[in-house]
Amino acid sequence: MRVLAAMSGGVDSAVAAARMVAQGHDVTGVHLALSKNPESYRSGARGCCSLEDSHDARRVADKLDIPFYVWDFAQEFHRDVVEDFVAEYAAGRTPNPCLRCNEKIKFAAVLERGMKLGFDAVATGHYARLERRADGRVTLHRAADAAKDQSYVLGMLNQEQLAHCLFPLNDVEKPVVRQEARELGLGVAKKPDSHDICFIPDGDTQGFLGKHLGEQRGSIVDAEGAVLGEHRGHHRYTVGQRKGLDLKVPAPAGNPRYVLRIEPKSNTVVVGSREELAVRELRAIRPTWTLDPVPGPWRGEAQFRAHGTPMAAEIEVVGEELLVRFDEAASGVAPGQTVVTYDGDRVVGSAVIAEARGCG
Amino acid sequence: MSEHGVYFDHAATSQLRPEAAEALRAALAVAGNPSALHRAGQRARARLEEAREELAAAIDADPSEVIFTSGGSEADSIAVLGGRRARGGRLLVSAVEHPAVLGARDRGAELIPVTDAGLVDVDAAAEMLQDDVAVVSVMWVNNETGIVQPVEELRRLAQASGAWFHTDAVQALGHVPLSFRGSGVDMLSLSAHKVGGPVGIGALVARREVRPAPVGLGGGQEREVRSGTGMVALAASFAAAATVATGELATESARLGAFGDRIAEALRALGATVNSHAAPHAPHIVNATFPGTRADDLLFLLDQRGVYASVGSACRAGVHQPSEVLLAMGRSEAEASSTLRFSMGWTTTAGDVERLLAVLEETVPLAQSAFR
Repeated sequence: MRVLAAMSGGVDSAVAAARMVAQGHDVTGVHLALSKNPESYRSGARGCCSLEDSHDARRVADKLDIPFYVWDFAQEFHRDVVEDFVAEYAAGRTPNPCLRCNEKIKFAAVLERGMKLGFDAVATGHYARLERRADGRVTLHRAADAAKDQSYVLGMLNQEQLAHCLFPLNDVEKPVVRQEARELGLGVAKKPDSHDICFIPDGDTQGFLGKHLGEQRGSIVDAEGAVLGEHRGHHRYTVGQRKGLDLKVPAPAGNPRYVLRIEPKSNTVVVGSREELAVRELRAIRPTWTLDPVPGPWRGEAQFRAHGTPMAAEIEVVGEELLVRFDEAASGVAPGQTVVTYDGDRVVGSAVIAEARGCG
Repeated sequence: MSEHGVYFDHAATSQLRPEAAEALRAALAVAGNPSALHRAGQRARARLEEAREELAAAIDADPSEVIFTSGGSEADSIAVLGGRRARGGRLLVSAVEHPAVLGARDRGAELIPVTDAGLVDVDAAAEMLQDDVAVVSVMWVNNETGIVQPVEELRRLAQASGAWFHTDAVQALGHVPLSFRGSGVDMLSLSAHKVGGPVGIGALVARREVRPAPVGLGGGQEREVRSGTGMVALAASFAAAATVATGELATESARLGAFGDRIAEALRALGATVNSHAAPHAPHIVNATFPGTRADDLLFLLDQRGVYASVGSACRAGVHQPSEVLLAMGRSEAEASSTLRFSMGWTTTAGDVERLLAVLEETVPLAQSAFR
């Protein structure tokens, strides 16, 4: 097979590419340049945008003796990921930019360009497992290494995309990946994992948003609308947040208060008790399916954060939306997050959370 | 197809000529620092001066006018920055210069615009030229488009206003008739590896009375302008390559020119706009815009098939930037990002040309379909 190996410069994608070569595929490495000015995003450290990363990826390709190219997706990345990230926060939602990048860049623009240039598949270093069924269709599953499982950030892939994906790290645990990298003499064997959002290298998301959205003072209120304090921009808060509220009015009985929701139109942050944070049901839009749509209702699990705990739920399509009813109350569910649904370890589909409802 | 593939990137670097390889090998055996006073030094100095004389003869200059440098970029830097420092005054460079000259824009150089055809605008230059200009620098042959600039006219204008005139002749050497004396220019830059010499050496050819200030520190071994231990073997090899390249000029320029015309015609049939052939041009470069493609995709598809071409413009972190030369010629960013350069040299064969055209016929439609 002619395989396009997406190489970020990290150890996972390096070993994924190496495994493809070892399996006898005709492999070409490609590094995605996601910033017009790499230094502005990150310098001297790690992440998907730095010059060092492109250099590291190139040296791995040299070692594997495969052709290597840098593809410039800076414009698309800025428009579809960075600007979207800022706009989502401005609208009072909590986006996941890595998921967005997978959806719009890696498994859309890159995959499409690769296919048109004659490749059969794109291989990445994601920890997830694909199964090819007897009827030729492909299913997406959690990785063997539960701690590293990344099926959540791939949850929005459809059948057509999955059919052209390869995840060579499906069956391994992280230490094995590093061991393989060492054995191959790859310089990235010891390179630390990246955790931050790649376009916010210092990890200061609030600072980044503040720079883009400015300071807009507003009120912090309780569910009844009583003003409890002031804030410098609703984008500084996420649902479930407890620290940094700096409220002037103490809560009854000294119970801690949490951010319940954000109302961007009135620039208001609503806070309340832990009990009020509980979510029983959520409504999500733009459902996607790894195989065929499942109207339901069916029983499965729902996950709404990259490393969140899967929650047992009843899932159903209502109109054009997905309705998820949790067996037990969930907390910290925010509009803008993606909910990914699982049947056992198999990913069924995804949708973007529009509204979370309490016990009601 | 040789081990180098079907190589259409001679303007980036050419293959080392056998004569240059032999001269390099032989001269590497010469021990001694040419600045040393002992016999070993004297022998090294003798070989270096032989090379200087040989190169001077190849370009019709006086040996004393040849200043060896590490390459074309250093020669350009000395000419524009050192030239301005020596004289004081304004610096005018064309908008389509190589980065080694164009970079002076960040140090106050003013840009002379070019026409849509890629020719430096002589009228605009005349208006910009007052008696306060230190140096004017306009390249002889553009490295991306292959277009031959109106150097003679510009040289006259510049010198009439009292400025020094420098020309980057890196892409001219071995491809168009070049006489330093005949050109009348004050300074001229050359590079060895573009004509089948080794990478790592070039020359600034400067008239005796033209004394640019040094831009680097050191012993001033090369006419008090350029420092560093005399590069005996590299100079010998450079001279050998230049001698062969200029000696074969008439036959080679006819041969490569015919190839170029054939390629240009075939590219037009594929729907491309041939930028190089819309103005007087050097025989070895064909520059063409392929509408509805990404140059990177086309390069990749060619590369996969063993055909090596180039976009000709600068690359940052492995990403090609839209050609500044084409932007300066009034082309859109899309056009500047869908332009390729095919450059030929002494190893290019008719078979290479046919292979290139066959591969382009196959890949241009693929690149068009990959472009959203």
